[in-house]
Amino acid sequence: MTQAAPVTKKKPVSKTTPKPMQNLEITDHQATVGKCFADNAKMTMRNVNVFYDDKQAIHDVSIDIAKNEVIAMIGPSGCGKSTFLRSLNRMNDTVDICRVEGQICMDGEDLYSPKLDVVELRARVGMVFQKPNPFPKSIYENVAYGPKIHGLADTRVDLDEIVENSLRKASLWEEVKERLHQAGTGLSGGQQQRLCIARAIAVSPEVILMDEPCSALDPIATARIEELIEELSQNFTIAIVTHSMQQAARVSHRTAYFHLGRLIEVNPTEQVFTMPEHQLTEAYITGRFG
Amino acid sequence: MQATNILILILGLGAFAFFLGRGRSLALAKPLGGIRKLHSLPSYYGLHAALWCALPSLVLLFLWIMFDDPLINSIVIESVAADIAPTDTASYNLLINKIANLADGILPRKGESAALIAAADHMSSLRVISRWALTALLLTISLLGLLWGWSRISASFRARPVVEKVMQNILLACACLAIFTTLGIVLSVMFESIQFFRSVPIFDFVFGLEWSPQTAIREDQVGSSGSFGAVPLFVGTLLVSAVAMFVAVPVGLMSAIYLAEYASKSVRTYAKPALEILAGIPTVVYGFFAALTVAPFLRDLGASFGLSVSSESALAAGGVMGVMIIPFISSLADDVITAVPQSMRDGSLAMGATQSETVRRVIIPAALPGIVGGVMLAISRAIGETMIVVMAAGMAAKLTANPLESVTTVTVQIVTLLTGDQEFDSPKTLAAFALGLMLFTVTLLLNIFALHIVKKYREQYD
Repeated sequence: MTQAAPVTKKKPVSKTTPKPMQNLEITDHQATVGKCFADNAKMTMRNVNVFYDDKQAIHDVSIDIAKNEVIAMIGPSGCGKSTFLRSLNRMNDTVDICRVEGQICMDGEDLYSPKLDVVELRARVGMVFQKPNPFPKSIYENVAYGPKIHGLADTRVDLDEIVENSLRKASLWEEVKERLHQAGTGLSGGQQQRLCIARAIAVSPEVILMDEPCSALDPIATARIEELIEELSQNFTIAIVTHSMQQAARVSHRTAYFHLGRLIEVNPTEQVFTMPEHQLTEAYITGRFG
Repeated sequence: MQATNILILILGLGAFAFFLGRGRSLALAKPLGGIRKLHSLPSYYGLHAALWCALPSLVLLFLWIMFDDPLINSIVIESVAADIAPTDTASYNLLINKIANLADGILPRKGESAALIAAADHMSSLRVISRWALTALLLTISLLGLLWGWSRISASFRARPVVEKVMQNILLACACLAIFTTLGIVLSVMFESIQFFRSVPIFDFVFGLEWSPQTAIREDQVGSSGSFGAVPLFVGTLLVSAVAMFVAVPVGLMSAIYLAEYASKSVRTYAKPALEILAGIPTVVYGFFAALTVAPFLRDLGASFGLSVSSESALAAGGVMGVMIIPFISSLADDVITAVPQSMRDGSLAMGATQSETVRRVIIPAALPGIVGGVMLAISRAIGETMIVVMAAGMAAKLTANPLESVTTVTVQIVTLLTGDQEFDSPKTLAAFALGLMLFTVTLLLNIFALHIVKKYREQYD
């Protein structure tokens, strides 16, 4: 890792003593092990619980996301990592039965306070989805969508510039500059996903959330996206959910391991994949389940 | 024996064959160790026997009923005495009718010529022979079929593919029936129209600006010779349809957007069926609602503004028609809007778009093909609608674009031309067919256009 985010050595409230490997049960009062908190936190989450109706999907998660770091969230299917990610830009609002408790702040501002404008929040926290979802519009219109609705460009020239810059940052410009006005849905899967990334960064967000951005892509397209994440981390804070542990190891500075809605361990990526603190993490990364 | 009785008999035999075939296959299966040893399930063997028993007889029955009357007629005419033999088609039809009525006992035999009575008797006897021959033939065929189907049953006999194949062909026949019916309607309308265009040039009809179909029935009658310019009618139709779409498209579309994007589940459960009830109201009810409630209301409203609104106005008819069409548009638009993948909404919302921006900039464009298709179908419906305009739009064929005046539409004129006693060779009556043909062409083109749009843009967002 080129630039691991500075992370404090502060430990969470109580570190559980490691249990014997045979017993992988988790208890109700399990606390997270590892380095959850950061000094230069961009986003801070404290005691976050997420419910779907009566079913609790996230149990008491506390974690910081540092400025300009790439944090990967891994864990078996259904462990709540996507749900957690979607609560960071309040995309869970679109699910009627979803309820979020606890505190989620960005730059000290409570994201769930009634005063907060969710439109503005989502402009500051962009999102890239699992399946590429370009709008059925031209490539240009796809990227120009955000700047248009937020009034970021006064003139056509400004808009052209934003579109070009965003496509360049998403390393898609060279491939599409000749056909900006053709349908975005006509691109290949990997190109579509980079178009979605360009669309997200066109509004200059501070944080980009990525929900398994490569799970629908082939290895070559995946490699390009991973390179891109590396470059984007210079300017943006990135939280990425992934099913691929290799991907987490390649792109992230810190890795958070979720298990059945609980945050089990957060540590620098190298440490998680070489000497995990918690036996559940170890069991997962060594392929015992998941 | 009557044709219906024969039909019932054949169907009964078919049912009998089913149980016979099924029973035999079960009996065959027992010593072999259960029905798994048979190639097909016992019901397939039963169906196979039933199809062999009933299907050929039904086809023959159908053909016989279609062709036996003309055959008998021609035999009777050939044998009829020379002095009453027909000379042309009209007198041929007249004679056949007379003989048939005599044979059926509808006309009294008293006072008719001996030749006619002889012909009638001949016809009666031929009919009796025909019926009995038919009955005997069908029963023989059914029983032979039953026997054949029954005898073929064995453990290795592949009954299932045979039955599946026959079923497939029956489905095909049903599909063809719909197509041939359409074709038949088009052809019959077309032949009458051609006859109409013999007396009125097609150019005058399509581009004529005056519609006044009254023609003199007798030579000495004082009356107009009639003018058949269809333009005022089509303008009236377009005017009423335009008013209807002006009401239906915005209201239908917006209610669809509300139901699909904003309404909570509980609102949706009640509001959607309630909206669709509108489609279930008979058009005649809409018609008197338009004529007795809306039109006077509009007239009084217009009077209070100093406008003169006709008591039968295009506005009243079109407005009520628009209300009738709302559920078409809202229902179809709701379907296509709900079909837009959630990922589109998520993508837009995650960009910081509000819900209305998402609807306007992403959902509507993505659903546009379906919405256009729905609107097209609604336009076809508006153009073909009759009852409301008959009651609320008036009869006067005025060439006007003012919706406050009374206009008439193509469908209204077809109704008025064809109601009451009519002679079927005057241009007045035949004009109805020409109008029908033109209307059919217009709606057909619209439907093709709508289907084309739907097909062309379908799945674009996948």
